[in-house]
Amino acid sequence: MEKALRSKKAICFFILPALTLFLLVVAIPIFQSASYSLLRWNGISNGIFVAADNYVNMVKDPIFRLSLRNSLLLAAASVFIQMPISMLLAMILANGVKGENFYRNAFFVPVIISSTVIANLWMKLYHPSYGLLNVMFEWMGRPEWKREWLGSVDTALISCFIPMIWKDIGYNMLLFYSAAKAISSDIIESAKVDGASRTRIALHIIMPLILPMVEAVTIFCIVGSLKSFDMIFILTGGGPTHASSVLSLMMYTEIFSNNHYGYASAIAISVIVICLFFTVLVQGLFKGILRRFGE
Amino acid sequence: MKQTMKAKKSHNAPIRILTYVFLVFWALIQLFPLYWLFTFSLKNNKEIFGGNIIGLPQEWQWENYQKIFTQAHIYRYMLNSLFVAAVTIVLTLILASMASYALTRLKWKLSGLVYLMFLTGMMLSMQAVLLPLYRNLKPIRDTLWSLIIPYTAFNLPMAILLISGTLRSIPREMEEAAFIDGASVYRLFFQIILPMLRAIMATVAILNFLDAWNELMFAQTFLNAEKNFTITVGVNNLIGRYSTKWGMIGAGLTVATIPTLVLYAFLSRNIQESLAMGAVKG
Repeated sequence: MEKALRSKKAICFFILPALTLFLLVVAIPIFQSASYSLLRWNGISNGIFVAADNYVNMVKDPIFRLSLRNSLLLAAASVFIQMPISMLLAMILANGVKGENFYRNAFFVPVIISSTVIANLWMKLYHPSYGLLNVMFEWMGRPEWKREWLGSVDTALISCFIPMIWKDIGYNMLLFYSAAKAISSDIIESAKVDGASRTRIALHIIMPLILPMVEAVTIFCIVGSLKSFDMIFILTGGGPTHASSVLSLMMYTEIFSNNHYGYASAIAISVIVICLFFTVLVQGLFKGILRRFGE
Repeated sequence: MKQTMKAKKSHNAPIRILTYVFLVFWALIQLFPLYWLFTFSLKNNKEIFGGNIIGLPQEWQWENYQKIFTQAHIYRYMLNSLFVAAVTIVLTLILASMASYALTRLKWKLSGLVYLMFLTGMMLSMQAVLLPLYRNLKPIRDTLWSLIIPYTAFNLPMAILLISGTLRSIPREMEEAAFIDGASVYRLFFQIILPMLRAIMATVAILNFLDAWNELMFAQTFLNAEKNFTITVGVNNLIGRYSTKWGMIGAGLTVATIPTLVLYAFLSRNIQESLAMGAVKG
């Protein structure tokens, strides 16, 4: 059997199809992106090698800074607003309530619906004259709260963030919920017998055990936010005047509207680097937290 | 012990009530926009723009649905999306299970390195290679294959991770016995390994379906002709075209969502487990 498992023919037969596709469509293009990022290039004429110029210009570019700031704000909103709400919902459900399944499904349904549908739906919600939001303010007798939510510089960004956060609350909730459910009920039962309150159980028994999941979700939230595209693309296209631009959207605009192929590639590469940076940072942070819990 | 728990419950009655109020409130927040979508898809503009913005439709306008099928070719978009999703799933499952077999069972020097490479691939997103692929795939641009190929390639890392994980937990006795009976490695794979991977393949298929059905950036970029539009691009296009006919837009959005909702109705447990599993392993 040993010999059969070492057969070159078999190895090639099984690995080559996947490996070839992966190399051609994932690995090699990443290196292409990296090399484009060193060019000044409009996609038509030959690119000119400019070394790190694109990266230098990027750091000075006010639109890039704004997009980076917006992306980081979204990541922060995701970690500090979306995650706590998800956690709270998950803890309540995992503790066992009447209608647990109904609530879990209710919270989860927006997750599986495409961002395209969700974004278009919220666009109608935000509609200045007939959207639910402004109509509701009218009914509440607060017409002064009405806005052009997506059309004005000071509300466009937050109006994009709200549906993005809203959509994925259920996803984080599900991850926390399944992590909490995986904890053996013996531990919880014995704590109950010892007279621990539900809040105490949630904070001191369940929380430390689901910390690894918290770490994973934190990374998802940050990386997901830095890569998010669909919703903002539909809701505002980054406007008005870049007010709601984020990194991936800026990259897209630089490719297809401005033909700045080299510059766009530099943005693409920076997104990867920023994601890596945060992944490593969060992992380090949680290593520290876990060590303290261990003591 | 039962008694102490009961005592605890009545003691915490206000907190329990508050908890339920919060749950109901949050369920409303998550569901109300969807209810609103469904109702305005069945209204005419007079109701939508007039006095009946929140209530159920007074005259149910089923013709909104009829119109998006007859005037807007939404069935075409759905068929395209179904085709893309189905082919992507089949290709991913075949390629990933074969590769996983090579990576966990066959013995070769670079196996560890190749596995590591696939794992690294999980950190990369499709948008990082949007421009190179836009150029590399020029010959097949504006065909559904220009989506199937990148979708499949980017599904491979997660699929290989999940399938290899399962393969490692399967004991090798059966394969060894079958080998002694004269089966080749190929037969081992197709007759013994594949049937044992059914559960994990279902998980991978669910993850891939949701990704393919919902993907926008590549579809928006690579497709030009309306006959090739997937559901996401088609819906966006529809909204541009019928911008003032909210009823039809609502119907389009609802129809685009129905396949995922039907799938969810039948497989909600599996979908939730799959997404949780995909996340945990990732």
